[in-house]
Amino acid sequence: MNIDWSCRVVEATELAATRGAGTRGERFRPYQRILRAQVRAQLSYRTSFWIDAVSGMTFTAMDLVTVLVLFNVTSVLGGFAFRDAFFMSAIASLSFSLADVIVGSIEQLRLIIRSGQLDSLLVRPLSLLPQLVSIDMQTRRVGRVLEGVAVLGVAAGLVHLRWSAQTVAMIILTPIAGAALFAAIFVMTATVAFWWIDSGEFGSGFTYGGRDFTNYPMTVYGQFFRRVFAIGLGFAFIAYYPALTMLGRADPLGLPDWAGWLSIPIAALACGAAGFVWRTGVRHYRSTGS
Amino acid sequence: MTAIIEAHGLRKDFTVSEKAGRLRRIRRTVAAVDGIDLVIEPGEMVGYIGPNGAGKSTTLKMMTGVLTPSGGSVTVCGLRPVAQRTRLARRIGVVFGQRSQLWWDLPLRDSFDLLRHVYRVPAADHAARLAECRSLLGLDEFEATPVRQLSLGQRMRGEITAALLHRPAVLFLDEPTIGLDVVSKQAVRGFLASIGARGDTTLVLTTHDLADIERLCERLVVIDHGHVVHDGTLAELHARYQSRRRVVVDLDAPIGADHHAIAAALGGLADGVTLDVVSPDGQRLEFGLQDGANAGALVACVASVASLRDLSVIEPDIEDVVARLYQRRSAGCP
Repeated sequence: MNIDWSCRVVEATELAATRGAGTRGERFRPYQRILRAQVRAQLSYRTSFWIDAVSGMTFTAMDLVTVLVLFNVTSVLGGFAFRDAFFMSAIASLSFSLADVIVGSIEQLRLIIRSGQLDSLLVRPLSLLPQLVSIDMQTRRVGRVLEGVAVLGVAAGLVHLRWSAQTVAMIILTPIAGAALFAAIFVMTATVAFWWIDSGEFGSGFTYGGRDFTNYPMTVYGQFFRRVFAIGLGFAFIAYYPALTMLGRADPLGLPDWAGWLSIPIAALACGAAGFVWRTGVRHYRSTGS
Repeated sequence: MTAIIEAHGLRKDFTVSEKAGRLRRIRRTVAAVDGIDLVIEPGEMVGYIGPNGAGKSTTLKMMTGVLTPSGGSVTVCGLRPVAQRTRLARRIGVVFGQRSQLWWDLPLRDSFDLLRHVYRVPAADHAARLAECRSLLGLDEFEATPVRQLSLGQRMRGEITAALLHRPAVLFLDEPTIGLDVVSKQAVRGFLASIGARGDTTLVLTTHDLADIERLCERLVVIDHGHVVHDGTLAELHARYQSRRRVVVDLDAPIGADHHAIAAALGGLADGVTLDVVSPDGQRLEFGLQDGANAGALVACVASVASLRDLSVIEPDIEDVVARLYQRRSAGCP
């Protein structure tokens, strides 16, 4: 009957799709298209786009101004001079901006669940998380990343880094690993919405809170906070330890000088955990209304 | 032939917590879908109805991989919906009346183009299918309009097109005509009928509108409180619950003073026809017709003895049928 024909067509297109998926580009094509459409849609509200872009950059600048202001009052913070602390802030700020541009919109998950839009995404032949990221990526925040790169360049100049292959590798990988850790936290905290739709600003405590926490040398915090946030949640490995390693300074808290490299395995671990939490969350999705 | 949709003992439980006192909350498990068995063959057009909260949408969501069942089994196109969600998504089309597959801020045609990439449909196939929908649904006039500016009827036509562009083997529609005006409803029904008539697409739709079912579905599944309470044709449902069409005629002059006189004037009533209401002036008569009774013959009979001013045939209301069915069930009659 006709159904055999339609099934065969489906098989054939599926086969073609899997063959096409052999090349990486093909696999990401749909997400790329969705992302581009999202940019087009955002640009249809032109004024709002530019207001957001400018205000976003102002926010990033404010983070660094906070550090500047602090050093107006004191010349040493937690045992670190201004330029060292500024270097740490710059790494933290760039890591966060990068994560925020890519997955920051996952904060909207609770609204997407509430409006029922998640149902529409689940009936498409695409993975859920990359879809959520690409339908709502805040490209208007890209300016913050560029700003972050520039500030990190200035900070690196201020601290007179001794350039070696290792330093170069580290200054490139550190913001990426830091962004991955922040991204994992964004995803894990957003997942809460699958169980608890009224999760409100629960996630911000960890994401924006984490950014503020990593802005300063870990030595300024009491032991309890250090144990829970710096080590427990890994925030010390976003900027503090990599900065120490690059600066060639011993850790006043006692970790060896290669601790800065731990940022990579820690970020990988966090991403794995986020993936697990995410999949569990999707299985517990309850949908809403009709 | 193997079934395209098979559900056995399918269940979905939700835990709800209710306020009990100032701080205490009681957690309670509610079965939204409570053991459904359903087998649908390829090419069937099935209407899935039931009162609000009966579990219609929940069933559809389990069949499309949106919700994980709490128990039982379900396969669609031989695939397990949640475990093989993305594979299944290529073979099914889904229209949720209250959700959208379209990009709100972009012209309608951009959404179609994006979906081509999402489903990886070859350009030629996509163009052919789109051309077909365009002419049948009259998309031309609003294809360039951003979706946020479309009327509900236009948007729904767009949604249905979006769900069909990858030639799904099964099309699920959750209340596709909800909130539409009469013209849009007819456009949507007519289009779905032509899709169904080709026989290569299985159609499962939930609705509150009996006209949707009458126009489209040979088979009707009624669900209530998470159970299937009827599975058969619409005629079987009406026969089973004695639902009756009503024929209302307005006469220029009365033909009798009471029920008996009128019945006598008409030369007696045929089997399955009753005279239910006579207006005080005797000019409006309301007849009840059991399924199978001939409305044409009745009207002809009335017209032969009196001059008709107006005439209407009122179909039995689905909510009414379902409500009766539910009352019977809670009264304990199967």
